[in-house]
Amino acid sequence: MTATLEAAAPSPAGEIPSFTVTLRIRRFNPEVSEEATWEDFTVEAHGTDRILDALHKIKWDEDGSLTFRRSCAHGVCGSDAMRINGRNRLACKTLLKDVNPDKPITVEPIKGLPVVKDLVVDMEPFFASYREIMPFLITSGNEPSKERYQSPEDRAKFDDTTKCILCAACTSSCPVFWTDGQYFGPAAIVNAHRFIFDSRDEGGSQRLEILNDKEGVWRCRTTFNCTEACPRGIEVTKAIQEVKRAMITRAF
Amino acid sequence: MAHGTAAVAKVDSPRSPYARRKTTRGNYELYSWVFMRASGVVLLVLIFGHLFVNLMVGEGVHAIDFAFVGGKWSNPMWQVWDLLMLWLAMIHGTNGVRTIINDYATKDVTRGILKGLLFLAFTVVVVLGTLVIFTFDACPPDAPAELLASFCTA
Repeated sequence: MTATLEAAAPSPAGEIPSFTVTLRIRRFNPEVSEEATWEDFTVEAHGTDRILDALHKIKWDEDGSLTFRRSCAHGVCGSDAMRINGRNRLACKTLLKDVNPDKPITVEPIKGLPVVKDLVVDMEPFFASYREIMPFLITSGNEPSKERYQSPEDRAKFDDTTKCILCAACTSSCPVFWTDGQYFGPAAIVNAHRFIFDSRDEGGSQRLEILNDKEGVWRCRTTFNCTEACPRGIEVTKAIQEVKRAMITRAF
Repeated sequence: MAHGTAAVAKVDSPRSPYARRKTTRGNYELYSWVFMRASGVVLLVLIFGHLFVNLMVGEGVHAIDFAFVGGKWSNPMWQVWDLLMLWLAMIHGTNGVRTIINDYATKDVTRGILKGLLFLAFTVVVVLGTLVIFTFDACPPDAPAELLASFCTA
């Protein structure tokens, strides 16, 4: 939009109003202090702006030291999961107008993982659990000379769990994971589900064996926090229950 | 990274510290999960059957006295019923509290102490309860006859 256009029509029909919004951000810098503190920033935001846009405004115009992760900024890469108004969401998928901009909006790093700086957490424990469930196709015998066929019905069995972007919103919303970082966590189980129920994969029983651990699926208390937190709308708790059922039918 | 390591010494290196303590595979947690569901269903029948017979049949709650209990425990069916109820309820409850301790106790020592107390309480209640059910004397020799079950005089 050009300046002349704006000057000619200060409030054209259909224009989205802008407003000021306060973001209360959890700041942590281990080089300065061991304590994390809350800091308020007030920015001018557009009606269509997301939390990420407000964070950008703060970082670019007010305080360049504000640290957070983001890559694609469009809800695909899963870099910017954070706890916004007490709920895990992607900053790039949450509109300011949807989280009550009349009050200060709290933005914290996701819980249960060590904070490195401000909103950046160490994702390594999360990825370590992910690696343990062997998130790759396991087959035996010769490589087929053409693609591995699969019926649409077989594909539909694990369709939901293919949507995971590994943002850690589910795992870091899980109260079991908060107190016990050894728990595999919803995301690892979801990604195991994606292969366990894949008709082309032959490592299902190995993966079930891994998740049969004391820290595996049996620690799930079905609080549904993960299902609520998932920015991709994956029915995480349902997937975990399906893995439990597969283990029980295998054992009896 | 090398130039900044001294200043950020308090931050754990992303690659090193996280490791799963040990793999504890086995079907223990699986069986305990299934047991909770199965015993829950059975307990529902046992407990509501117990409440119905004790509180609603005949004179209801007013019928309960030493003779009533003595009469019930002279019957093998009620002995088995109460024994099953005691054991299932105790194992179900103890296992439930065990999972709660696992969820909430973060330190190994706290967890150990709490579980120790839990299993001690479990053992005392189950042993004592089982002993009472099997050794209960419905007709103590020098008790007044009107307090005892009707079959004692025979």
